[in-house]
Amino acid sequence: MAINKNSNGYTFFFAIAMVVVVGTTLAVTAFGLKPLQQKNQATKKMMDILGAVKVDADRSNAAALFTEYVTRRVAVNYNGEVISEKPGDAEVDPTDKNDPFNIDVKKDYKANVKKFVQQFGDNEEKLASALEEAGVVFPVFEVVKDGEKFFVCPMVGTGLWGPIWGYVSLEEDYKTIYGARFDHKAETPGLGAEIKEDFFQVKFEGKQLQLADGSDLFNVLKGGAQTNEHSVDGITGGTITSKGVDEMLNRTLPVYLNYFENANNQRAQR
Amino acid sequence: MSTEAQVVEKEVEKKPSEPLFSKKNRKLLTDPLDDSNPITVQVLGICSALAITVQLQQAVIMSLSVLFVMIGGNVIVSILRNSIPDRIRIIVQLVVIAALVIIVNEVLKAFLPDISEKLSVFVGLIITNCIIMGRLEAFALGNKVGPSFLDAIGNAMGYAWILLAVAIVREVFGSGAISLPGMGQVKFFDTEWAGFFANGGFYEHNNLMILPPMALIVVGIIIWIQRSRNTKLIEEN
Repeated sequence: MAINKNSNGYTFFFAIAMVVVVGTTLAVTAFGLKPLQQKNQATKKMMDILGAVKVDADRSNAAALFTEYVTRRVAVNYNGEVISEKPGDAEVDPTDKNDPFNIDVKKDYKANVKKFVQQFGDNEEKLASALEEAGVVFPVFEVVKDGEKFFVCPMVGTGLWGPIWGYVSLEEDYKTIYGARFDHKAETPGLGAEIKEDFFQVKFEGKQLQLADGSDLFNVLKGGAQTNEHSVDGITGGTITSKGVDEMLNRTLPVYLNYFENANNQRAQR
Repeated sequence: MSTEAQVVEKEVEKKPSEPLFSKKNRKLLTDPLDDSNPITVQVLGICSALAITVQLQQAVIMSLSVLFVMIGGNVIVSILRNSIPDRIRIIVQLVVIAALVIIVNEVLKAFLPDISEKLSVFVGLIITNCIIMGRLEAFALGNKVGPSFLDAIGNAMGYAWILLAVAIVREVFGSGAISLPGMGQVKFFDTEWAGFFANGGFYEHNNLMILPPMALIVVGIIIWIQRSRNTKLIEEN
Protein backbone atom coordinates (compact mmCIF):
# COMPACT_ATOMS: atom_id res chain seq x y z
CA MET A 1 0.00 0.00 0.00
CA ALA A 2 1.45 3.30 -1.02
CA ILE A 3 1.50 5.94 1.68
CA ASN A 4 0.02 9.25 0.64
CA LYS A 5 2.99 11.54 1.07
CA ASN A 6 0.83 14.65 1.16
CA SER A 7 -1.78 13.62 3.70
CA ASN A 8 -1.96 15.60 6.91
CA GLY A 9 -1.31 12.51 8.99
CA TYR A 10 1.90 11.70 7.16
CA THR A 11 3.07 15.31 7.34
CA PHE A 12 2.54 15.40 11.10
CA PHE A 13 4.19 12.02 11.54
CA PHE A 14 7.21 13.15 9.53
CA ALA A 15 7.54 16.42 11.42
CA ILE A 16 7.34 14.74 14.81
CA ALA A 17 9.79 12.01 13.87
CA MET A 18 12.21 14.61 12.52
CA VAL A 19 12.05 16.72 15.68
CA VAL A 20 12.67 13.68 17.87
CA VAL A 21 15.66 12.50 15.82
CA VAL A 22 17.24 15.94 15.49
CA GLY A 23 16.56 16.83 19.12
CA THR A 24 18.17 13.64 20.37
CA THR A 25 21.23 14.07 18.15
CA LEU A 26 21.80 17.64 19.27
CA ALA A 27 21.24 16.83 22.93
CA VAL A 28 23.76 14.00 22.77
CA THR A 29 26.32 16.22 20.99
CA ALA A 30 25.90 19.13 23.38
CA PHE A 31 26.02 16.90 26.44
CA GLY A 32 29.05 14.98 25.20
CA LEU A 33 31.08 18.08 24.41
CA LYS A 34 30.10 20.11 27.46
CA PRO A 35 33.02 19.09 29.71
CA LEU A 36 35.52 20.08 27.02
CA GLN A 37 33.80 23.42 26.44
CA GLN A 38 33.69 24.19 30.16
CA LYS A 39 37.37 23.38 30.43
CA ASN A 40 38.10 25.77 27.57
CA GLN A 41 36.14 28.54 29.25
CA ALA A 42 37.95 27.98 32.55
CA THR A 43 41.30 28.05 30.76
CA LYS A 44 40.38 31.29 29.06
CA LYS A 45 39.45 32.79 32.42
CA MET A 46 42.80 31.75 33.88
CA MET A 47 44.58 33.32 30.91
CA ASP A 48 42.67 36.57 31.47
CA ILE A 49 43.45 36.65 35.19
CA LEU A 50 47.13 35.97 34.52
CA GLY A 51 47.07 38.55 31.74
CA ALA A 52 45.93 41.20 34.22
CA VAL A 53 49.16 40.71 36.18
CA LYS A 54 51.15 40.66 32.94
CA VAL A 55 51.88 36.94 32.92
CA ASP A 56 51.58 35.63 29.38
CA ALA A 57 49.90 32.25 29.32
CA ASP A 58 48.57 30.15 26.48
CA ARG A 59 46.06 27.36 26.57
CA SER A 60 48.64 24.67 27.23
CA ASN A 61 50.25 26.18 30.34
CA ALA A 62 47.46 28.36 31.77
CA ALA A 63 46.39 25.90 34.47
CA ALA A 64 49.94 25.29 35.69
CA LEU A 65 50.81 29.00 35.75
CA PHE A 66 47.51 29.75 37.49
CA THR A 67 48.33 27.49 40.44
CA GLU A 68 51.88 28.85 40.46
CA TYR A 69 50.93 32.53 40.70
CA VAL A 70 47.50 32.69 42.33
CA THR A 71 47.87 32.23 46.07
CA ARG A 72 44.32 32.79 47.27
CA ARG A 73 40.87 32.92 45.72
CA VAL A 74 38.32 34.91 47.69
CA ALA A 75 34.63 35.69 47.23
CA VAL A 76 33.34 38.84 48.93
CA ASN A 77 29.90 40.39 49.24
CA TYR A 78 29.03 43.99 48.47
CA ASN A 79 30.36 45.24 51.82
CA GLY A 80 33.65 43.54 51.29
CA GLU A 81 33.07 40.73 53.78
CA VAL A 82 34.64 37.41 52.87
CA ILE A 83 32.03 34.79 51.99
CA SER A 84 34.22 31.93 50.91
CA GLU A 85 37.82 31.37 50.01
CA LYS A 86 40.17 28.78 48.62
CA PRO A 87 43.94 28.53 48.81
CA GLY A 88 45.74 28.95 45.52
CA ASP A 89 46.96 25.36 45.33
CA ALA A 90 43.43 23.93 45.61
CA GLU A 91 42.34 22.22 42.44
CA VAL A 92 39.83 24.16 40.35
CA ASP A 93 36.74 21.98 40.40
CA PRO A 94 33.98 23.19 38.07
CA THR A 95 31.30 21.48 40.17
CA ASP A 96 32.32 23.22 43.43
CA LYS A 97 29.92 26.12 43.87
CA ASN A 98 31.93 27.54 46.77
CA ASP A 99 35.07 28.01 44.74
CA PRO A 100 35.37 31.74 43.98
CA PHE A 101 36.86 30.80 40.61
CA ASN A 102 33.50 29.36 39.58
CA ILE A 103 31.52 32.54 40.26
CA ASP A 104 30.12 33.59 36.93
CA VAL A 105 30.26 37.38 37.15
CA LYS A 106 28.83 37.75 33.65
CA LYS A 107 25.78 35.71 34.55
CA ASP A 108 25.32 37.64 37.81
CA TYR A 109 25.57 40.90 35.93
CA LYS A 110 22.97 39.87 33.39
CA ALA A 111 20.58 38.48 36.01
CA ASN A 112 20.86 41.11 38.76
CA VAL A 113 23.37 43.89 38.53
CA LYS A 114 22.37 45.27 35.13
CA LYS A 115 18.78 45.70 36.28
CA PHE A 116 19.83 47.63 39.39
CA VAL A 117 22.21 49.82 37.43
CA GLN A 118 19.44 50.80 35.03
CA GLN A 119 17.02 51.35 37.89
CA PHE A 120 19.19 53.40 40.24
CA GLY A 121 21.75 54.85 37.86
CA ASP A 122 23.97 57.26 39.75
CA ASN A 123 22.31 56.78 43.11
CA GLU A 124 25.12 54.81 44.73
CA GLU A 125 23.44 54.19 48.07
CA LYS A 126 20.35 52.59 46.57
CA LEU A 127 22.51 50.59 44.17
CA ALA A 128 24.61 49.35 47.08
CA SER A 129 21.63 48.24 49.15
CA ALA A 130 20.02 46.52 46.16
CA LEU A 131 23.22 44.62 45.38
CA GLU A 132 23.59 43.69 49.01
CA GLU A 133 20.02 42.46 49.22
CA ALA A 134 20.36 40.37 46.07
CA GLY A 135 23.47 38.77 47.56
CA VAL A 136 25.71 39.44 44.58
CA VAL A 137 29.14 37.95 45.18
CA PHE A 138 32.40 39.34 43.84
CA PRO A 139 35.44 37.12 43.34
CA VAL A 140 38.97 38.44 43.83
CA PHE A 141 42.23 36.66 43.14
CA GLU A 142 45.41 37.27 45.11
CA VAL A 143 48.52 36.81 43.03
CA VAL A 144 52.15 36.75 44.12
CA LYS A 145 54.54 37.55 41.31
CA ASP A 146 58.27 38.09 41.89
CA GLY A 147 57.61 38.42 45.63
CA GLU A 148 55.04 41.18 45.21
CA LYS A 149 51.36 40.82 45.93
CA PHE A 150 48.63 41.84 43.50
CA PHE A 151 44.85 41.68 43.56
CA VAL A 152 42.99 40.78 40.38
CA CYS A 153 39.45 42.12 40.29
CA PRO A 154 37.02 40.84 37.64
CA MET A 155 34.29 43.20 36.42
CA VAL A 156 31.46 43.27 33.91
CA GLY A 157 29.66 46.14 32.23
CA THR A 158 27.75 47.13 29.13
CA GLY A 159 29.23 48.41 25.90
CA LEU A 160 27.40 49.63 22.84
CA TRP A 161 26.20 46.29 21.42
CA GLY A 162 26.62 43.86 24.28
CA PRO A 163 28.51 42.99 27.44
CA ILE A 164 32.09 44.05 28.06
CA TRP A 165 34.25 42.66 30.82
CA GLY A 166 37.67 43.02 32.27
CA TYR A 167 40.23 42.06 34.88
CA VAL A 168 42.06 44.86 36.67
CA SER A 169 44.99 44.13 38.98
CA LEU A 170 45.84 46.43 41.87
CA GLU A 171 49.13 46.65 43.73
CA GLU A 172 49.41 46.15 47.45
CA ASP A 173 48.87 49.84 48.17
CA TYR A 174 45.30 49.17 47.00
CA LYS A 175 45.28 52.12 44.63
CA THR A 176 47.89 51.67 41.92
CA ILE A 177 46.71 49.80 38.85
CA TYR A 178 49.29 47.22 37.85
CA GLY A 179 47.64 45.85 34.73
CA ALA A 180 44.30 45.58 33.00
CA ARG A 181 42.70 43.25 30.50
CA PHE A 182 39.43 44.05 28.78
CA ASP A 183 37.32 42.08 26.37
CA HIS A 184 33.93 42.37 24.76
CA LYS A 185 31.32 40.32 23.02
CA ALA A 186 30.20 42.38 20.06
CA GLU A 187 31.71 45.88 20.00
CA THR A 188 32.36 47.51 16.63
CA PRO A 189 35.64 46.29 15.13
CA GLY A 190 38.12 49.15 14.83
CA LEU A 191 36.18 51.33 17.29
CA GLY A 192 34.78 49.95 20.56
CA ALA A 193 36.47 46.60 19.97
CA GLU A 194 39.84 48.31 20.47
CA ILE A 195 39.41 48.03 24.25
CA LYS A 196 40.93 44.56 24.01
CA GLU A 197 44.00 45.84 22.18
CA ASP A 198 47.29 46.36 23.99
CA PHE A 199 47.59 50.08 23.23
CA PHE A 200 44.46 50.76 25.30
CA GLN A 201 45.25 48.34 28.12
CA VAL A 202 48.80 49.61 28.77
CA LYS A 203 47.42 53.11 29.36
CA PHE A 204 46.00 51.88 32.68
CA GLU A 205 49.30 50.62 34.02
CA GLY A 206 50.71 52.69 36.84
CA LYS A 207 47.63 54.90 37.12
CA GLN A 208 46.18 55.62 40.58
CA LEU A 209 42.66 55.37 41.89
CA GLN A 210 41.34 58.68 43.20
CA LEU A 211 40.34 57.93 46.78
CA ALA A 212 39.21 61.43 47.80
CA ASP A 213 35.54 61.71 48.79
CA GLY A 214 33.04 62.76 46.17
CA SER A 215 35.18 62.10 43.13
CA ASP A 216 35.15 59.25 40.64
CA LEU A 217 37.66 56.53 41.39
CA PHE A 218 38.89 56.55 37.85
CA ASN A 219 37.95 58.20 34.59
CA VAL A 220 37.99 56.99 31.03
CA LEU A 221 37.78 60.28 29.17
CA LYS A 222 36.42 61.07 25.76
CA GLY A 223 38.99 60.37 23.07
CA GLY A 224 41.79 62.93 22.83
CA ALA A 225 41.17 64.62 26.20
CA GLN A 226 43.90 65.73 28.61
CA THR A 227 44.59 62.94 31.10
CA ASN A 228 46.13 62.89 34.57
CA GLU A 229 47.20 60.12 36.92
CA HIS A 230 43.57 59.23 37.66
CA SER A 231 42.34 58.96 34.09
CA VAL A 232 43.07 57.46 30.71
CA ASP A 233 42.24 58.52 27.19
CA GLY A 234 39.18 56.70 25.86
CA ILE A 235 38.82 55.37 22.34
CA THR A 236 38.02 57.84 19.61
CA GLY A 237 34.82 56.72 17.91
CA GLY A 238 34.17 54.25 20.71
CA THR A 239 32.68 56.71 23.18
CA ILE A 240 29.89 54.48 24.46
CA THR A 241 32.22 51.53 24.94
CA SER A 242 34.71 53.79 26.75
CA LYS A 243 31.92 55.06 28.98
CA GLY A 244 30.99 51.43 29.67
CA VAL A 245 34.55 50.73 30.84
CA ASP A 246 34.40 53.86 33.02
CA GLU A 247 31.07 52.83 34.54
CA MET A 248 32.18 49.26 35.22
CA LEU A 249 35.39 50.42 36.94
CA ASN A 250 33.62 52.93 39.15
CA ARG A 251 30.85 50.53 40.08
CA THR A 252 32.93 47.43 40.79
CA LEU A 253 36.16 48.72 42.32
CA PRO A 254 34.52 50.23 45.45
CA VAL A 255 33.42 46.73 46.45
CA TYR A 256 37.00 45.54 46.35
CA LEU A 257 38.18 48.65 48.18
CA ASN A 258 35.72 47.74 50.96
CA TYR A 259 37.26 44.30 51.08
CA PHE A 260 40.80 45.69 51.25
CA GLU A 261 39.76 48.04 54.05
CA ASN A 262 38.22 45.16 56.01
CA ALA A 263 41.29 43.04 55.51
CA ASN A 264 43.50 45.90 56.69
CA ASN A 265 41.42 46.49 59.81
CA GLN A 266 41.59 42.83 60.71
CA ARG A 267 45.34 42.85 60.29
CA ALA A 268 45.57 45.94 62.49
CA GLN A 269 43.51 44.30 65.24
CA ARG A 270 45.77 41.28 65.34
CA MET B 1 -0.08 12.70 -8.11
CA SER B 2 2.06 10.41 -6.05
CA THR B 3 1.55 7.51 -8.47
CA GLU B 4 2.82 9.65 -11.31
CA ALA B 5 5.94 10.49 -9.39
CA GLN B 6 6.48 6.81 -8.69
CA VAL B 7 6.26 5.92 -12.35
CA VAL B 8 8.87 8.50 -13.23
CA GLU B 9 11.03 7.22 -10.42
CA LYS B 10 10.81 3.63 -11.73
CA GLU B 11 11.80 4.63 -15.23
CA VAL B 12 14.86 6.30 -13.87
CA GLU B 13 15.76 3.22 -11.92
CA LYS B 14 15.48 0.98 -14.97
CA LYS B 15 18.35 2.75 -16.73
CA PRO B 16 21.73 1.07 -16.33
CA SER B 17 23.30 2.63 -13.25
CA GLU B 18 25.57 5.52 -14.03
CA PRO B 19 29.18 5.38 -12.81
CA LEU B 20 29.80 7.91 -10.03
CA PHE B 21 32.46 9.73 -11.97
CA SER B 22 30.74 9.85 -15.34
CA LYS B 23 31.29 12.92 -17.48
CA LYS B 24 28.01 14.42 -16.32
CA ASN B 25 28.85 13.86 -12.69
CA ARG B 26 32.34 15.26 -13.07
CA LYS B 27 30.75 18.45 -14.29
CA LEU B 28 28.89 18.66 -10.97
CA LEU B 29 32.27 18.96 -9.32
CA THR B 30 33.93 21.35 -11.73
CA ASP B 31 31.10 23.65 -12.78
CA PRO B 32 30.68 25.40 -9.44
CA LEU B 33 34.39 26.21 -9.40
CA ASP B 34 34.07 28.44 -12.43
CA ASP B 35 31.03 28.51 -14.74
CA SER B 36 28.41 28.52 -12.00
CA ASN B 37 30.46 29.63 -9.02
CA PRO B 38 28.10 30.27 -6.12
CA ILE B 39 29.78 33.53 -5.09
CA THR B 40 31.08 35.16 -8.24
CA VAL B 41 28.42 34.03 -10.73
CA GLN B 42 25.30 33.29 -8.69
CA VAL B 43 26.24 35.95 -6.11
CA LEU B 44 25.05 33.85 -3.16
CA GLY B 45 26.61 33.65 0.28
CA ILE B 46 28.32 37.01 -0.19
CA CYS B 47 27.79 38.08 3.43
CA SER B 48 30.14 35.53 4.94
CA ALA B 49 32.67 36.16 2.18
CA LEU B 50 32.84 39.76 3.38
CA ALA B 51 32.75 39.09 7.09
CA ILE B 52 35.29 36.39 7.82
CA THR B 53 38.01 36.95 5.24
CA VAL B 54 40.17 39.23 7.40
CA GLN B 55 42.34 36.29 8.39
CA LEU B 56 43.14 33.16 6.43
CA GLN B 57 42.72 30.79 9.38
CA GLN B 58 39.14 31.91 9.91
CA ALA B 59 38.42 31.49 6.22
CA VAL B 60 39.87 27.96 6.28
CA ILE B 61 37.75 26.90 9.25
CA MET B 62 34.68 28.57 7.75
CA SER B 63 35.24 26.77 4.44
CA LEU B 64 35.62 23.41 6.18
CA SER B 65 32.46 24.07 8.21
CA VAL B 66 30.51 24.93 5.08
CA LEU B 67 31.92 21.85 3.33
CA PHE B 68 30.73 19.65 6.18
CA VAL B 69 27.26 21.22 6.39
CA MET B 70 26.90 21.19 2.61
CA ILE B 71 27.81 17.51 2.23
CA GLY B 72 25.74 16.48 5.25
CA GLY B 73 22.73 18.49 4.14
CA ASN B 74 22.82 17.39 0.53
CA VAL B 75 23.28 13.70 1.39
CA ILE B 76 20.61 13.63 4.11
CA VAL B 77 18.03 15.49 2.04
CA SER B 78 18.84 13.33 -0.98
CA ILE B 79 18.30 10.15 1.06
CA LEU B 80 14.99 11.50 2.39
CA ARG B 81 13.90 13.04 -0.91
CA ASN B 82 11.14 10.52 -1.54
CA SER B 83 9.71 10.70 1.94
CA ILE B 84 9.77 14.44 2.65
CA PRO B 85 6.22 15.84 2.44
CA ASP B 86 6.14 18.60 -0.17
CA ARG B 87 4.33 21.07 2.03
CA ILE B 88 6.97 21.16 4.75
CA ARG B 89 10.05 20.53 2.63
CA ILE B 90 11.60 23.97 3.24
CA ILE B 91 11.26 23.55 6.99
CA VAL B 92 12.74 20.07 6.80
CA GLN B 93 15.73 21.43 4.87
CA LEU B 94 16.13 24.23 7.37
CA VAL B 95 16.07 21.84 10.32
CA VAL B 96 18.64 19.56 8.69
CA ILE B 97 20.96 22.52 8.02
CA ALA B 98 20.42 24.08 11.45
CA ALA B 99 21.14 20.80 13.22
CA LEU B 100 24.38 20.32 11.28
CA VAL B 101 25.47 23.90 11.92
CA ILE B 102 24.83 23.57 15.66
CA ILE B 103 26.92 20.40 15.70
CA VAL B 104 29.75 22.24 13.89
CA ASN B 105 29.51 25.13 16.33
CA GLU B 106 29.63 22.87 19.38
CA VAL B 107 32.60 20.94 18.01
CA LEU B 108 34.49 24.17 17.28
CA LYS B 109 33.78 25.45 20.79
CA ALA B 110 35.14 22.24 22.25
CA PHE B 111 38.23 21.77 20.11
CA LEU B 112 39.14 25.15 18.56
CA PRO B 113 37.95 27.66 21.17
CA ASP B 114 40.08 30.58 19.95
CA ILE B 115 38.95 30.33 16.35
CA SER B 116 35.38 29.69 17.43
CA GLU B 117 35.53 32.96 19.38
CA LYS B 118 36.72 34.86 16.32
CA LEU B 119 34.12 33.33 14.01
CA SER B 120 31.50 34.03 16.68
CA VAL B 121 28.11 34.49 15.06
CA PHE B 122 29.21 33.64 11.56
CA VAL B 123 29.21 29.89 12.15
CA GLY B 124 25.60 30.22 13.22
CA LEU B 125 24.90 32.26 10.14
CA ILE B 126 25.85 29.30 7.91
CA ILE B 127 22.22 28.34 8.51
CA THR B 128 21.13 31.29 6.42
CA ASN B 129 23.82 30.83 3.79
CA CYS B 130 21.83 30.86 0.56
CA ILE B 131 24.22 28.48 -1.17
CA ILE B 132 23.34 25.58 1.09
CA MET B 133 19.58 26.07 1.07
CA GLY B 134 19.74 26.68 -2.67
CA ARG B 135 21.58 23.43 -3.41
CA LEU B 136 19.25 21.39 -1.20
CA GLU B 137 16.16 22.79 -2.88
CA ALA B 138 17.53 22.83 -6.42
CA PHE B 139 19.62 19.68 -6.49
CA ALA B 140 19.42 17.26 -3.58
CA LEU B 141 15.60 17.09 -3.59
CA GLY B 142 15.62 15.74 -7.15
CA ASN B 143 18.78 13.68 -7.40
CA LYS B 144 20.32 10.49 -6.07
CA VAL B 145 22.78 10.42 -3.21
CA GLY B 146 25.95 10.05 -5.32
CA PRO B 147 25.45 13.07 -7.56
CA SER B 148 24.17 15.10 -4.58
CA PHE B 149 27.37 14.30 -2.71
CA LEU B 150 29.48 15.48 -5.65
CA ASP B 151 27.35 18.57 -6.12
CA ALA B 152 27.87 19.44 -2.46
CA ILE B 153 31.65 19.10 -2.71
CA GLY B 154 31.69 21.13 -5.93
CA ASN B 155 29.68 24.00 -4.52
CA ALA B 156 31.46 24.06 -1.18
CA MET B 157 34.78 24.15 -3.04
CA GLY B 158 33.52 26.91 -5.31
CA TYR B 159 32.66 28.87 -2.18
CA ALA B 160 35.90 27.95 -0.44
CA TRP B 161 38.38 29.00 -3.10
CA ILE B 162 36.90 32.46 -3.39
CA LEU B 163 36.91 32.80 0.39
CA LEU B 164 40.52 31.67 0.66
CA ALA B 165 41.68 33.88 -2.22
CA VAL B 166 40.02 36.95 -0.72
CA ALA B 167 41.37 36.11 2.75
CA ILE B 168 44.96 35.70 1.51
CA VAL B 169 44.87 39.05 -0.30
CA ARG B 170 43.30 40.83 2.66
CA GLU B 171 45.52 39.37 5.34
CA VAL B 172 48.79 39.81 3.46
CA PHE B 173 48.12 43.38 2.40
CA GLY B 174 46.01 44.37 5.39
CA SER B 175 47.90 42.90 8.35
CA GLY B 176 51.25 42.04 6.77
CA ALA B 177 50.80 38.51 8.04
CA ILE B 178 49.46 35.11 7.18
CA SER B 179 47.73 32.65 9.45
CA LEU B 180 46.70 29.02 9.33
CA PRO B 181 44.79 26.99 11.90
CA GLY B 182 47.23 25.37 14.28
CA MET B 183 50.12 27.73 13.66
CA GLY B 184 48.51 31.03 14.53
CA GLN B 185 49.28 34.29 12.82
CA VAL B 186 52.79 34.77 11.45
CA LYS B 187 53.69 38.41 10.97
CA PHE B 188 56.13 39.14 8.18
CA PHE B 189 57.94 41.58 10.49
CA ASP B 190 59.27 38.59 12.39
CA THR B 191 60.64 36.74 9.37
CA GLU B 192 63.33 37.28 6.77
CA TRP B 193 60.68 39.13 4.79
CA ALA B 194 60.84 41.93 7.36
CA GLY B 195 62.83 44.18 5.04
CA PHE B 196 59.88 44.45 2.72
CA PHE B 197 57.26 45.20 5.31
CA ALA B 198 58.79 46.75 8.41
CA ASN B 199 59.10 50.50 8.96
CA GLY B 200 60.64 52.11 5.94
CA GLY B 201 60.11 48.97 3.88
CA PHE B 202 58.44 49.26 0.52
CA TYR B 203 55.00 48.31 1.74
CA GLU B 204 53.13 49.76 4.67
CA HIS B 205 50.16 47.51 5.37
CA ASN B 206 46.88 49.07 4.52
CA ASN B 207 44.10 49.23 7.08
CA LEU B 208 41.50 49.65 4.38
CA MET B 209 42.13 46.01 3.46
CA ILE B 210 40.83 44.90 6.86
CA LEU B 211 37.58 46.82 6.52
CA PRO B 212 34.55 45.07 4.96
CA PRO B 213 34.33 47.24 1.79
CA MET B 214 37.68 45.91 0.63
CA ALA B 215 36.33 42.35 0.60
CA LEU B 216 33.68 43.49 -1.83
CA ILE B 217 36.30 45.14 -4.01
CA VAL B 218 38.51 42.02 -3.98
CA VAL B 219 35.52 39.83 -4.90
CA GLY B 220 34.78 42.34 -7.66
CA ILE B 221 38.30 42.04 -9.01
CA ILE B 222 38.04 38.24 -8.98
CA ILE B 223 34.76 38.48 -10.92
CA TRP B 224 36.42 40.84 -13.39
CA ILE B 225 39.34 38.46 -14.02
CA GLN B 226 37.00 35.48 -14.22
CA ARG B 227 34.73 37.13 -16.77
CA SER B 228 37.55 38.33 -18.95
CA ARG B 229 38.85 34.75 -19.13
CA ASN B 230 35.59 32.83 -19.35
CA THR B 231 33.58 34.03 -22.36
CA LYS B 232 30.60 31.85 -21.42
CA LEU B 233 29.81 34.22 -18.60
CA ILE B 234 29.55 37.32 -20.76
CA GLU B 235 25.98 38.36 -21.52
CA GLU B 236 25.09 39.07 -25.14
CA ASN B 237 23.81 42.54 -25.81
